[in-house]
Amino acid sequence: MGLTKNSTGIKSVDNGFVVTKNNETDKIVALAGNPNVGKSTVFNSLTGLKQHTGNWPGKTVTNAFGTCKYNEKDYILVDIPGTYSLMAHSKEEEVARDFICFGNADKVIVVCDATCLERNLNLVLQTTEIKNNVIVCVNLMDEAKRKGIEIDLDKLQSILGVPVVGTDASKGRGLTDLLDKIETINTNPFTVRYVKPIEEALNKITNMLKNKIEDTELNLRWIGLKLLDYDEELVSNISKYVGYDLDKDADFIRVRDNLAKKGYCGQKLTDAIVSCIVLTAEDICNETVVYSNTKYTKKDRKIDKILTSRITGIPVMLLLLGVVLWITIVGSNYISDYLSVALFWVEDMLVKFFVYINAPRTLYEVLVFGVYRVLAWVVSVMLPPMAIFFPLFTLLEDLGYLPRIAFNLDKSFRKCNACGKQALTMCMGFGCNAAGVVGCRIIDSPRERLIAMITNSFVPCNGRFPTLISIITMFLVCYVPDGLKSVSGAILLTLFILFGIMMTFFVSFILSKTVLKGEVSAFTLELPPYRKPKIGRIIVTSIIDRTLFVLGRAVAVAAPAGLIIWVLANVSVGGTSLLLYCSNFLDPFARLMGMDGVILFAFILGFPANEIVIPIIIMSYMSTGTLINITDLSVLRDLLVSNGWTWVTAISVMFFSLMHWPCSTTLMTIKKESGSIKWTVLSAVVPTLCGFAVCFLLNVVVTLLLIL
Amino acid sequence: MQYTLKDLDIDDVGYVSSLIAGDDIRRRLLDMGLVEGTKVKCVLKSPAGDPVAYNIRGAVVAIRNEDSEKILLKLNM
Repeated sequence: MGLTKNSTGIKSVDNGFVVTKNNETDKIVALAGNPNVGKSTVFNSLTGLKQHTGNWPGKTVTNAFGTCKYNEKDYILVDIPGTYSLMAHSKEEEVARDFICFGNADKVIVVCDATCLERNLNLVLQTTEIKNNVIVCVNLMDEAKRKGIEIDLDKLQSILGVPVVGTDASKGRGLTDLLDKIETINTNPFTVRYVKPIEEALNKITNMLKNKIEDTELNLRWIGLKLLDYDEELVSNISKYVGYDLDKDADFIRVRDNLAKKGYCGQKLTDAIVSCIVLTAEDICNETVVYSNTKYTKKDRKIDKILTSRITGIPVMLLLLGVVLWITIVGSNYISDYLSVALFWVEDMLVKFFVYINAPRTLYEVLVFGVYRVLAWVVSVMLPPMAIFFPLFTLLEDLGYLPRIAFNLDKSFRKCNACGKQALTMCMGFGCNAAGVVGCRIIDSPRERLIAMITNSFVPCNGRFPTLISIITMFLVCYVPDGLKSVSGAILLTLFILFGIMMTFFVSFILSKTVLKGEVSAFTLELPPYRKPKIGRIIVTSIIDRTLFVLGRAVAVAAPAGLIIWVLANVSVGGTSLLLYCSNFLDPFARLMGMDGVILFAFILGFPANEIVIPIIIMSYMSTGTLINITDLSVLRDLLVSNGWTWVTAISVMFFSLMHWPCSTTLMTIKKESGSIKWTVLSAVVPTLCGFAVCFLLNVVVTLLLIL
Repeated sequence: MQYTLKDLDIDDVGYVSSLIAGDDIRRRLLDMGLVEGTKVKCVLKSPAGDPVAYNIRGAVVAIRNEDSEKILLKLNM
């Protein structure tokens, strides 16, 4: 769940596959591998970058770049998405294959999971078929050893004919060996032998290619294979790459037709090719891997029985969600208190400083009450929940729990004609909806992917759930006895998030019956072994990473927003401030939904980043009333109440925060990922309509009840 | 009687005899290494009893019942 400053927000947008070198002598090294084999860990250890790692398949969905210096040489590393195969069934496989084929990588390191080498070799064999520049990195050697799996790496190297290095990336073991191998030249890589008719056709076609194509890095045998097992788009891309129009050549078609006469065409041909590769991998493993302990998965299955069984599966899931939210609420209360005291002390100091240097009043009011105050609000109210939620969530992720959520919920998604992996993209949405939308690439079917993209914003992202937490604390649990406040707050928040999940199911169902009609596609989901999370690393990276990211974003978005608000509130036309004009204009409409014009205006201004909605509301109220120093949420509550807030307003704001247009970055990402204005607009309209409808209904019901 | 993957109960073992699945799932299953003769063991059922997870070549993979009934099995090699 790539939730780092490089994968969330605007940087989550992918940028194709041609890597530019800084120097002619730089070498580009691609990291390929099955999903969840520790590729990102290898990448991070080599580059020192904080590419987010997590224990679930499909975490890296875009190519990530990093650099590494070794023996005075510069290497540019590219972390390509994990794939089981290079047959390009899904978007990520296409990205991976295209980068290996047409990207300018000097070397491709295929990272394998030592505990599951056989399946991984499938990809190794497919990669060595394409280009003669492969290095095999067998990662997780320690875990394999613990599980009683012995791998004869020397023998594997001599069979495969490419360098093979054993590593334990999380401990940094074997990585220098790996870097040493980058400079070696592969001599005699292993060739997969196919069944006789295919082999004959392949030899014929390869010989033809030798005469037609000049020097290329692609193996001619592989091009031949793709001409037999025909893939129109790939063949046309290869044609462009090698500078020869393979499609127009009748010689190839003749060989293909001949093979078809022997019964090898279409599905049967593909099956035969894949079977040969799989069985070859099996043979190689039989020669190189020894299992001394066959009971090694017993513990995992015991944990699985608790986390996914009929009776305990769902309750445990809800309990975990509740506990995570409870710790978040309790912890962030403490941090918020300290932070707000500190930040408003700084505000006083700033004012005193400006008065001392005789700065013009308007200037320092703009800077302090406009820019600084919104910043301070974002930092003190919004930051703490994020800084606590993320390490906790990463913990569950590293353990390998997230795929179990998808496993538990798949049946419900199936009933909505959607894909269980949508649960994984929703988990990413908790961090950042834009990252969640990019994450939808793990869903193969375009129809199901669109459903997941359009509904992703029903999961409150990190910009919104501090809003939910602060409103719950101020308005919903204020009458609860002190000892029960945080528990009841966590329960309410859990219920709210469950409501968002129900809306996701509901809207997914409606979409699949209307604009996104279609058959459900097949579903396979790997459940990785449970792994011990590295707690120290989680805390350091998620707090530092999140903190820096949020601070950066706060400066970029909140500061100008603070400026705009201050200007709008203080520039008057005909005795009425511009802010009042705007909010008065929106007011009648907002009232229908139990809110007021200021709130709706704040949501509109919060389009670039949801973090700033609550700070803008506060700023707007304060600018029209007397300026007060707000040090804790109870004072803030008084401010809101004096501006007409009731519990109905609070709930309406929460519902609307959960369901309105996604932020600008998310929409841009949807545009990029779907390639269509239509779906982008729908992604904004659908949640907004849901928000309008729910808030309107809530207020009609409440009004009726009050009359009765 | 013709067994399919769906008929396996927890801890049951079978060997793939053929895939009658369509293109889409077929390729995915082949990638997982489910070719003819592959040993499969049923290891885990989800709360709703669908999907079900199987041990395939050392990896645990969840497959929906509607897909697993398109994988024909032999109970012995």
